[in-house]
Amino acid sequence: MYSEKVLEHLRNPRNVGKIENPDGVGKVGNPVCGDVMVMYLKIRDNIIEDAKFETFGCGAAIATSSIATELIKGKTIEEALSITNRAVADALDGLPPQKMHCSVLAEEAIRSAINDYLAKKRVENGEGRIS
Amino acid sequence: MIYLDCNATTPCDQRVIEAMLPFFAEKFGNPSSLHSIGQEAKKALETSRHTIAQCLGAEDQEIIFTSGGTEANNLAIRGSAYALWNKGNHLITSAIEHHAVLNVFKALEKEGFQVTYLPVDENGLVDPQEFKKSITPRTTLVSIMHANNETGVIEPIQEIASLAKEYGLLFHTDAVQTIGKLSFNVKEIPVDLLSASAHKFYGPKGVGFLYVKKGVRLIPQILGGPHERGKRAGTENVPLIVGMAKALEIAQANWEDEYRHVEELRNRLEQGITERIREVTVVGKNAPRLPNTSMILVKYVEGEAMLLNLDFAGICVSSGSACTSGSLEPSHVLLSCGYPHEIAHGSVRFSLGRSNTVEEIQTVLEVFPHIVEKLRNISPFGKEAI
Repeated sequence: MYSEKVLEHLRNPRNVGKIENPDGVGKVGNPVCGDVMVMYLKIRDNIIEDAKFETFGCGAAIATSSIATELIKGKTIEEALSITNRAVADALDGLPPQKMHCSVLAEEAIRSAINDYLAKKRVENGEGRIS
Repeated sequence: MIYLDCNATTPCDQRVIEAMLPFFAEKFGNPSSLHSIGQEAKKALETSRHTIAQCLGAEDQEIIFTSGGTEANNLAIRGSAYALWNKGNHLITSAIEHHAVLNVFKALEKEGFQVTYLPVDENGLVDPQEFKKSITPRTTLVSIMHANNETGVIEPIQEIASLAKEYGLLFHTDAVQTIGKLSFNVKEIPVDLLSASAHKFYGPKGVGFLYVKKGVRLIPQILGGPHERGKRAGTENVPLIVGMAKALEIAQANWEDEYRHVEELRNRLEQGITERIREVTVVGKNAPRLPNTSMILVKYVEGEAMLLNLDFAGICVSSGSACTSGSLEPSHVLLSCGYPHEIAHGSVRFSLGRSNTVEEIQTVLEVFPHIVEKLRNISPFGKEAI
């Protein structure tokens, strides 16, 4: 059912954990549905210097989180935002059809963490609405 | 490999394989043929039927061979619901049945029947009084499983069967998880229909049987020749039927020893897990249960992730998590017991068998806590409790 690569990432997930004082955090999913991903980013000069994750979910959810952190590390924000769920799945040599939603969750986690960073930055620069 | 998934399937017993082998190429006859090769197969078929009937305290003609538990359930439920259509269209079952029962009832609902799905308590038990209350003048059939495949909880079918009899209803039980594990006598528990499957008791896959009490009418679901007293057409699968009879004979002769063996190992496993891992729940612990089954809920982690990590360590189990089945809903059994979704997602089922050893359980107890720790470390939940 799963590719060797998915199993390998489940066996040895990369970048597990929190980042202290992260520049961006994205939390997606819902425990009721059985999948929650939290992604933490450290960003400097528009480059994602570090990415870590915490995930509650099935093997595919953990593997997609793990590969997603690998895919975005060292990338610019624009490059990271252009990563699609398909790219996440392809990087794992594919996912079974019923598990494709896990790759969607990974894409959403990346976007959510970057949007959090961008929102904070706008506030810092006085661009955001402070309510 | 440590195999702890015996409620899914069991390996074929070597003695069963040996009993089957002559019936593939040597004694290959069609039991419906009148010549000697056909009659040789017919004799094996009827001897097998007799063996199985004896194990259940039934009469030979009350055993109908099928392709497995699923077909037996389909035949029992559809066959009797339609046979009694003129008497009424209300049917009763429980919310925790196997899909081979539930989906038959769901189909019948679309075809114009009314179905009551009895709820269960937190242990997964059906309340016979609740059943009694649900009976209407148009009720014809009730189907309640003997033991649940996920939790191993044994339903009070003795009481339900007696009530059904009192109200003149047909009673079917899906006994796929109990035949071979417990002793069952149809004279003691007054069932009208009972389904069983050979590969759950060390027999081959693809064969099962339906006990049909004498006088119970069924509309056949597979049409063709006059096989199986007109209740199930198709040339009987003689080798597999011979194997099933052999497997049941072996299981029946040893069931008490096996019961004690697997119960001791299961209790050791449950005790070890609850001692070593915080925030775990044993489902149905306070209910009568099969001796071999343990459904464990582990907070903050998901079942499939536990299953795969156990597999990496050479340990085979099942999970009632959504992700195993491909649907987004976790086990309907656990939800029916009242567990919230996020807890039901974290289920893992150990189901033991005759060949498991104390050493294997010890290995699981060494490996499993590390797996849970690893996954809890990955999880965003539950850390504050460490």
